Amino acid sequence: MNPHTLTFPKALVTLLAGALFGFGLSLATMVQPEVVIGFLQFKDWGLMLVMGGAAGLAMLAYKGFPRWFSRPLLGGQFLTQPASWNRQTVIGSAIFGIGWGLSGVCPGPAIAALGTGNTDILWALGGIVLGALTHGLTTRD
Amino acid sequence: MDIINTLFPLGWQHYLLGGLTIGAGVALLYLFNGWVGGMSSVFSSSWSFVSKRAFFQQARFVSTRNWRLVYALGVVLGALVWRYALAGGEAQHTSVPAWQLLVGGFLVGYGARLGNGCTSGHGICGLGSLQLPSLGAVLTFMATAFMTANLMAMATKGLA
Repeated sequence: MNPHTLTFPKALVTLLAGALFGFGLSLATMVQPEVVIGFLQFKDWGLMLVMGGAAGLAMLAYKGFPRWFSRPLLGGQFLTQPASWNRQTVIGSAIFGIGWGLSGVCPGPAIAALGTGNTDILWALGGIVLGALTHGLTTRD
Repeated sequence: MDIINTLFPLGWQHYLLGGLTIGAGVALLYLFNGWVGGMSSVFSSSWSFVSKRAFFQQARFVSTRNWRLVYALGVVLGALVWRYALAGGEAQHTSVPAWQLLVGGFLVGYGARLGNGCTSGHGICGLGSLQLPSLGAVLTFMATAFMTANLMAMATKGLA
């Protein structure tokens, strides 16, 4: 069976997980481009706490759960998503950073803006949608 | 305590609490479903509903496109709950100019997909699973973002 199959209970958990993500982003004011840009200009180091707190908990989850449980609580398997180090990773990340520094917006906060009612950020969300399309259309199959 | 005020002029508790809440969402998705929840993939996987191009029809996009969309919907709901529970229900605004949001957004979308991850994919999930390539990606985008944001600050000051 496809381990990505979305059963109804899994959909509920996914929705809740996303909601925690969106609530946390908002609480941490990462949905405000001014705060992100302030961090990038060394005015405020809060983003380090956000990323550190989130990555720390994620580390406990990724290392701990496969050790304590033979499979996810709703079935399937504990998947991994190996990252690779190559030209695309370097160039893509460099381009991503330029865009992030220019706009103060990254993918999570761009989606969250639909909930916070920040219609200005729809410009960034539209840009991301088009950027991802352009990437797909210009990548050799 | 001065150093804390210098590093975090707006306070630090909400940053840590927000980060832990994000981490709890990522952990929940893994504990119950076994899935790694970076955010930028949804922008490629959702195009597979529309485009028949082989790139978008890859199994890694088609097999995950449903849950990634539900996950994104959850992000919207969570932000909505925050807005009405803690922000008085008012719509938020930003003073960053529209052209910066649009051009920056385009580069964010293109770059994140080319580099296979964003601040959450590499920064939270990649670092969380102790992957060196993700650390390299984070250091790379932090460096170009620092440069861009500070160049923009200088340019704006120069004009004023």
